[in-house]
Amino acid sequence: MPAVQTLDRVVIRFAGDSGDGMQLTGDRFTSDSAAFGNDISTLPNFPAEIRAPQGTLPGVSSFQIHFANYDIMTPGDRPDVLVAMNPAALKANVADLPRGAVIIADSAEFTKRNLTKVGYAADPLTDGSLADYQLHALDLTGMTVAAVKDFGLSRKDASRAKNMFALGLVSWLYHRPTEGTLSFLTQKFARKPDIRDANITAFKAGHAFGETTETFAVRYEVSPAPMPAGRYRQISGNLATAYGLITGAHKAGLPMFLGAYPITPASDVLHELSKHKRHGVTTFQAEDEIAAVGAALGASFAGHLGVTTSSGPGIALKAETIGLGVMTELPLVVVDVQRAGPSTGMPTKTEQADLLQVMFGRNGEAPIPVLAAQSPADCFDTAIEAVRIAVKYRTPVMMLSDGYLANGAEPWRLPELADIPPIDPAFATEPNATDAKGNAVFHPYRRDEETLARPWAVPGTPGLEHRIGGIEKAKDTGNVSYDPANHEEMIRTRQAKVDGVVRDIPDLVVDDPGVEDGRGAKVLVLGWGSSYGPITAAVRRVRNEGHQVAQTHLRHLNPFPANLGEVLRRYRRVIVPEMNSGQLALLLRAKYLVDVESYSRVRGLPISLSELARDLITVVDEEEGRSAAEIAAELAALRTDEVRQFVGEQHFDLDSTQRSVPIPPSNGTSSEETR
Amino acid sequence: MTTTDPSTRPLYKGLSGVPLAIEPLNRKDFTSDQEVRWCPGCGDYAVLSAFQGLMPELGIKRENTVIVSGIGCSSRFPYYVDSYGMHSIHGRAPAIATGVATSRPDVGVWVVTGDGDALSIGGNHLIHALRRNVNFTILLFNNRIYGLTKGQYSPTSEIGKVTKSTPMGSLDSPFNPVSLALGAEASFVARTIDSDRQHLTEVLRAAADHRGSSFVEIYQNCPIFNDGAFEAVKDKDSAVESIIPLRHGEPIRFGAGGRLGVVRDAATGELAVREVAEVGEDALVVHDAHRTDPTYAFGLSRLTDAGVLQRSPIGIFRDVERPAYDDLAREQVRLAQEGGVGDDALQDLIAGSDTWQVR
Repeated sequence: MPAVQTLDRVVIRFAGDSGDGMQLTGDRFTSDSAAFGNDISTLPNFPAEIRAPQGTLPGVSSFQIHFANYDIMTPGDRPDVLVAMNPAALKANVADLPRGAVIIADSAEFTKRNLTKVGYAADPLTDGSLADYQLHALDLTGMTVAAVKDFGLSRKDASRAKNMFALGLVSWLYHRPTEGTLSFLTQKFARKPDIRDANITAFKAGHAFGETTETFAVRYEVSPAPMPAGRYRQISGNLATAYGLITGAHKAGLPMFLGAYPITPASDVLHELSKHKRHGVTTFQAEDEIAAVGAALGASFAGHLGVTTSSGPGIALKAETIGLGVMTELPLVVVDVQRAGPSTGMPTKTEQADLLQVMFGRNGEAPIPVLAAQSPADCFDTAIEAVRIAVKYRTPVMMLSDGYLANGAEPWRLPELADIPPIDPAFATEPNATDAKGNAVFHPYRRDEETLARPWAVPGTPGLEHRIGGIEKAKDTGNVSYDPANHEEMIRTRQAKVDGVVRDIPDLVVDDPGVEDGRGAKVLVLGWGSSYGPITAAVRRVRNEGHQVAQTHLRHLNPFPANLGEVLRRYRRVIVPEMNSGQLALLLRAKYLVDVESYSRVRGLPISLSELARDLITVVDEEEGRSAAEIAAELAALRTDEVRQFVGEQHFDLDSTQRSVPIPPSNGTSSEETR
Repeated sequence: MTTTDPSTRPLYKGLSGVPLAIEPLNRKDFTSDQEVRWCPGCGDYAVLSAFQGLMPELGIKRENTVIVSGIGCSSRFPYYVDSYGMHSIHGRAPAIATGVATSRPDVGVWVVTGDGDALSIGGNHLIHALRRNVNFTILLFNNRIYGLTKGQYSPTSEIGKVTKSTPMGSLDSPFNPVSLALGAEASFVARTIDSDRQHLTEVLRAAADHRGSSFVEIYQNCPIFNDGAFEAVKDKDSAVESIIPLRHGEPIRFGAGGRLGVVRDAATGELAVREVAEVGEDALVVHDAHRTDPTYAFGLSRLTDAGVLQRSPIGIFRDVERPAYDDLAREQVRLAQEGGVGDDALQDLIAGSDTWQVR
């Protein structure tokens, strides 16, 4: 029996060819880990090509999961374990591994032909080049085929189950429960008994192989993470967005109309919503992005909740219609699942570079509220909030997500629908004005005094017939007006309406642990959107080193929380990490005249927590007056993985239970590499 | 990919589902308080007047009428009708109206557009709305010119048109709107003339009665930038030789004393205009707007001059039954809701099948 070692956290990356089922494998491992009670965070990474040539580097698809016995914020920078189903998967991912990481490779795929295809002159499994890692070269394909030989499948079909063999093995290695995957396979392949049985058999065979082989000297345990009591599921950002939109519409008592055009990485929201007609959702796959938002706006005019979902290039096409929504002052929810741009950019890679587009990318003065979700599960709350603002203020609202949130998953404590406040569409039913002759009439632009929202009178309401459109409106009556003073007043009123959303936005809360006893931080890290995870993890690490650093995160990007300016001025230095060239930093500097420092990373990847932690420590050290040599020494000793939340003055000790992989014998390199 | 097999027949008729007015309405009820601001002599006045005359006759509630327009002279139309309306953005009216029609079975939806709006900037939305057969009536005011932007050539202008943007003559071949609509599988396609009040009203009535997309091209004179573009079919003297009248079930015959008619050319299979005296009355094509295959209607549409208009078929080219997109979309929602709706169903959806309990 192998020894059992307890770990706090592990990062595993499953990598293989696009056709190898790595996303499914990762998904299953995630589900089983979540069901076991670990905290989880995942990062799928797949090529834009549907089926790139087999065995090539562009064809590599991977799925990374980070699971832990404490609350984690990111999918992890560097995998502790790499499962490589072919040479391409090894080559594409090995550079990300820290020394001592576990590699499980399917030796059957390391043929001369496959090696040549990715430029390996010699077989890395045998030439000693992987000596710094714990290499397990196993004939996964051969063992799978042997295990399922009784089902009469061709070798090709039989070998397809090798991902389940690998999953079974890794599940054994990390003491994962197996019931979830077994029942999943039973259901998924219910109509194909031979495929079902082959997959189940392969999964069990992988598990049994771990049990019987002597290849693995150690098995690992990661105990459940303490989490607030409740019922949980795992959820991705796109799924949470879809559920949030449905729930928002439900809470408003409005049928939802989604107009959408397929686009990566937003299409899954369309797919998901199209399944939920039962909940009053109509989905319209339009001929283009413009029609998608146009139909949604038409539905809003007709009294439904109009929603459109897209990504950056699609949002650009929708701009004119969003402007029409600003002018007609109708509720409209626009979801931008951002991806790397400009133009087509890198569709499957993440970025936060649409902020200025959604803020300003319309003709004329066309302000709209903008919100951004900070984690996959947070997409649910953010979507509901977007619906609430859109309906209450009769305005298009932009919700920002991104590829990282869209496809990433985390555990989610299920909300009780009853706890979510209702949204009142407050349709107009009566005339609201009197004409010169004393007749009761309807003025479609007579506003609510507090919110400045105009009445929403839907077709079918007698006596409230009215015309709206893109031409400037006369105050109150909504008639066409070219009057200069009226135009200026309307511009200012529309701006004031959006600015007034601030009344519904809670003040920004800063996490600054030392501030209570007068040892507040000098440096504030301010982020928005999906960089919440990496920033929080980096801040924890900085604090873990004994430094003071404050953190806060914006959900509302337009309007900003009322106290934002005051918060910015409270700190000597404000660091703004973003996956763009400094767009939020630009807005903050413009609005508050505070010299915030942009921390810009635009690589199509989430911000690296270890890199950010190092850079933050440098900043904090500078503020604390340390010399360059002292800073260098501290950085050299810095760990790179994700740590627990810093509590009070206690620093967590770095004993072996925190290491996710054992230190390999004698390598005498820097502490960062050995951890 | 699997497919389902929805009905091939419309689920409903015309404006069914739109509530009827309790008290009879009149033209004034459909007249808004806004001053009509088209140029004197503009053909749009006549269309507005015919529309306001027809609406009370349809008997539906005024508040259950929605007019959506794009941008252009004709797109001011909704402001002048006292119903619900949206004057939207250039080319997008069919898309916006698709959202209205799909959301609300109890609303009669009209799209008002022009040749630039519908066929140039909004061409994509037009063909896809027609393909889907969304239940609304599209009035395409075709004046063969850009009026609101002051006189550039349009996608229906004849080749060689000298305008502000084409001082040496335009180069591009025009669209025949009826051919385009038929190519997009429109289930109701007609053409009428602004100045023929009776014919215009008849066609609009038939369009409203049709379930699905009804496409009506209206020859509309722009007295400022393209005056006389339709003179051949409008002038009393020349009209008899220029208008090829389409009446369902009748031989297609025109010209002084019925001297001309439409026949199918034996050699090419194409429809052609011939002297009746030469081909004989029996050779004349009897108009059938209900033919499922659009080939015949398309053939008729090709009898329209592409250059300066001398001759054109007028009437209903095609009127066939096909399910409307919005009816089918609502039917899918209705079927899905048979499973039960409400808080519990939504709570179950959000929970999914794979949950765990933390104590």
